[in-house]
Amino acid sequence: MRNRSLLVLTAIAATGTLTLTACGSRASNSGSGGSGSGSTTVTIGVDAPLTGSLSALGIGIQNSVDLAVKTANKTNEVPGVTFKIEALDDKAAPQQGSLNATQLVGDSSVVGVVGPLNSGVALTMQKTFNNANLVEVSPANTNPALTQGPNWQTGTKARPFASYFRTATTDAIQGPFAAQFAFSTLGKKKVFLVDNKDAYGVGLVGTFKDEFTKLGGTVAGQDHVTSGASDFSSTVNAIKSSGADFVYFGGEYPDAAPLTKQLKAQGVNIPMIGGDGNYDPTYIKLAGTASNGDFATSVGAPVESLPSAQTFVANYKAGGYSQAYGAYGGYSYDSAWAIIEAVKAVVSANNGKLPSDPRQAVEKAMSNVNFSGVTGTVSFDQYGDATNKQLTVYGVKNGVWTTIKTGTFSG
Amino acid sequence: MHELPQNLVNGLLLGATYGLIAVGYTIVYGIVQLINFAHGEIFMTGAFGALSVYLGLGSGTSMWIAIPLMLLGAIVTSTVIAVLTERLAYRPLRNAPRLAPLITAIGVSITLQQLVWGFYPSAKSPRVFPSLPGGPFHIGGVLIQSADIFVVVAAVLSTLFLAYFVRATRTGRAMQATAQDPDTAKLMGINTDRVIVIAFALGAGFAGIAGVAWGLRYGEIKFDMGFLTGLYAFTAAVLGGIGNIYGAMLGGLVLGLVQNLTAIYIADIPGMSQFSSQSWSSVWAFVILILVLMVRPQGLLGERVADRA
Repeated sequence: MRNRSLLVLTAIAATGTLTLTACGSRASNSGSGGSGSGSTTVTIGVDAPLTGSLSALGIGIQNSVDLAVKTANKTNEVPGVTFKIEALDDKAAPQQGSLNATQLVGDSSVVGVVGPLNSGVALTMQKTFNNANLVEVSPANTNPALTQGPNWQTGTKARPFASYFRTATTDAIQGPFAAQFAFSTLGKKKVFLVDNKDAYGVGLVGTFKDEFTKLGGTVAGQDHVTSGASDFSSTVNAIKSSGADFVYFGGEYPDAAPLTKQLKAQGVNIPMIGGDGNYDPTYIKLAGTASNGDFATSVGAPVESLPSAQTFVANYKAGGYSQAYGAYGGYSYDSAWAIIEAVKAVVSANNGKLPSDPRQAVEKAMSNVNFSGVTGTVSFDQYGDATNKQLTVYGVKNGVWTTIKTGTFSG
Repeated sequence: MHELPQNLVNGLLLGATYGLIAVGYTIVYGIVQLINFAHGEIFMTGAFGALSVYLGLGSGTSMWIAIPLMLLGAIVTSTVIAVLTERLAYRPLRNAPRLAPLITAIGVSITLQQLVWGFYPSAKSPRVFPSLPGGPFHIGGVLIQSADIFVVVAAVLSTLFLAYFVRATRTGRAMQATAQDPDTAKLMGINTDRVIVIAFALGAGFAGIAGVAWGLRYGEIKFDMGFLTGLYAFTAAVLGGIGNIYGAMLGGLVLGLVQNLTAIYIADIPGMSQFSSQSWSSVWAFVILILVLMVRPQGLLGERVADRA
């Protein structure tokens, strides 16, 4: 009897623990945005992982949007309209993202949302936002299906949601770009593919694999890892016995760093190449010297090198934010600014006043947005994708990410 | 054969760490029939305790001096936190229906995670843990890191100590008595509240050691490291027979081996290659758990106890 009740308890408890981690409190954080007399206050929502292992990236997004909002209020960018931000934590969990989307839609002052970080989260949010005609601009989603529909690979591109935009490049470009770099520039011919099973990682590895095999490279093996695991010894051994000359990783640095570290500790000195999820200083911090010689591609040109970004970098520093703006800071700022530009267009088309329900008008105005932002010219094509399709390869040299080359994928 | 010896060694090392944590689940369950789901977090706080000691020592300290102090720091941190949670969260619910403390345990687990996330400096992303000097060593085609040796030594010494403690000391015998029948134990003059606190403290001490071992092996610790690991360790405890301390160790070793071997060798069975990956290894671990429990519901080393429902 005792054993049976124990089993029941086990089942209940295990399910309970798994479910409970996915819900929990909602961290709300409102930035400044004093409401001036006679002005309308509108909200720009933010959805990003503000807690959990990806919170460093998420908080960078939140702070950058906060900076954009403060800047717009200071310069009185849209006369008669004051912006404020409402940041929700999605914990990088799709279920939480969908709850947050409902909450943001329910708040009638929200005119646009910046986020989320994860493509997997975006998939659950898109429809909710689209039904409410609420504009969503992601600074980081790279899964092509989000803008071009699930059949984008077979050539039938169809935009599923008119309210979804992004300032980041897609994996349809990022994966092949990395494949060309590995095959042609590095001269590597045998790859071991590893993904973390989420929409981003699987998508990135898929597009990489297609281009790499097309170029003539071979796939020595493939593994899927559990996000958040610490022990990758079985993966390391699979890589070791496969004889691959490099690893391509689709996922984020919290998993990539221990993997590359354990790989080199087992004496397998082959580089790991990853996507924008790996491109973070924490990757090097965690992996230590094992990260030397690894590569990562990331969207856009390096923010620090762009003349257009100098003001952003300086203002961010002056803003006194405790966390770095991270890999997506510039894109988040531009995402927020695109919404601000759209609101501006709506206001000026409506005799200087914001319509009572501006959402649909803002959504329409988004497609005509064109301004010079932190990361270059910001505008969107017919799918809602950024027209700026630049990518950069970074390599770890002596413990820092250094720019290897900037370019784009063609053909 | 894809380096079988190396995989066996890796599996055993992972399993030994699971075993160290599983001991905590099993001791507490044996005495109060509570599945302490916060135990994974006790393990995590132990690792952070050790890191704090290391950071406090300054960079010039030799690891041979640092390691004992870090171990001490880990054990003290996790023990204090475990005793506090017992006193504040579980003791008031001692006579409540069983589900109440269980759900409380889940609450304690989330609370501890968020406290570390929110208040430990830069714990929002993984923190780098110091590593042991020396190594790696090649022993017959198997590559062993110096941290692996630490894991083996720690696991063996801890298990020996526990066996001695439970069998030969007065407190250990009091624990056994309380596990068998708390009411009679009380009548015999055993302070059962004290025994329960000691059970929590002992489990926490082991979790603290496991925390240091984990940090040394993987070179990083994070606020949510206790969740998945704790779940596996709990599985190990059930697999070995919950309530039995040797069972916890054995369950850990079996689980570690299963996870490591299935991740690689399932692919060699024709048509099964898609079920073989690091992420599928947890599925196989639970498949083994279910199979074992079907044949032996009491676990590998568990005893059939019919007197308590």
